[in-house]
Amino acid sequence: MKNTDKTIFGFWVYLMSDCVLFASLFATYAVLQHATFGNLEAFDLANLPFVFLETLILLTSSFTVGLGLLAARQNKKTLALSLLSVTLLLGLSFLGMEMHEFAKLLAEGSGPQASAFLSSFFALVGTHGLHVLVGSLWMAVLIHRVWRSGLTESGIRKLTLLSLFWHFLDIIWIFIFTFVYLFGSLAL
Amino acid sequence: MKKIHTYIFGFTFSLVLTAAAFGLAQMHLDSGHTFPAHEFAIVAFVVLAIVQLFVQLFLFLHIGDEPKPRLGLLALLFALLTVSIVVGGTLWIMYNLSHRQTETQPNVFTEENIFPNADHNAN
Repeated sequence: MKNTDKTIFGFWVYLMSDCVLFASLFATYAVLQHATFGNLEAFDLANLPFVFLETLILLTSSFTVGLGLLAARQNKKTLALSLLSVTLLLGLSFLGMEMHEFAKLLAEGSGPQASAFLSSFFALVGTHGLHVLVGSLWMAVLIHRVWRSGLTESGIRKLTLLSLFWHFLDIIWIFIFTFVYLFGSLAL
Repeated sequence: MKKIHTYIFGFTFSLVLTAAAFGLAQMHLDSGHTFPAHEFAIVAFVVLAIVQLFVQLFLFLHIGDEPKPRLGLLALLFALLTVSIVVGGTLWIMYNLSHRQTETQPNVFTEENIFPNADHNAN
């Protein structure tokens, strides 16, 4: 097995373990979704237009990172850098929106300590957000690296890993917007 | 160039699935939680999410594209099995517990029980 393949497989196994981590956070959220202790319910968090915009941003960023990796493999440095930078901008926009949502909740006394439901909400959505933050930092570092050192074999391997990570985050988000926000809007 | 169409198709398809899900949710809200019905909405959301999962797995992550032995696919299947056990098992156990508690005991976590000496006149 080539070194590149081994690295990619190893990273994939890590992503699978991350999947199980998120599964436990989802399970916790499911169990605690009605433990609102007089504070907000899921329905109160379900601002559909806002979440739809967040979703579009993240989905588009998953698209652009895929295109960026293709460009990198075709040795098109400027195109790759542009696409990766767009991805980073979209990721940061997503984070900005999410931090705004969290700040508002915290300010009105509906933070993670306010109820079991809110604890589980912040744990699930917050952990995803942290992953996006780390991914964004990683993206910035790789953009700088490609800009300075060009598209080397190891650089492309790192970009492959990052794109796997980024796609994975969008997949997790599919389940967050469905089970937290869409289900929440139903006011079950 | 052979792969770019998978990204374009994956993106477009995901957009449609996402818009459909949010559209349904908004329709449900606008109609005062009547149309579509709760049951239909729940099933629709789950189905749309799972379809989008597969779209992104195959078209963005290129699952199944690898040469044999398909270790990546194997790892994914094992992870999905673990996830089913974790989520399914948790929901089964917790529902069972809550069902048993409500059947046999009153709710222990009442305001009176937690703060027995609370002064109801104080603010």
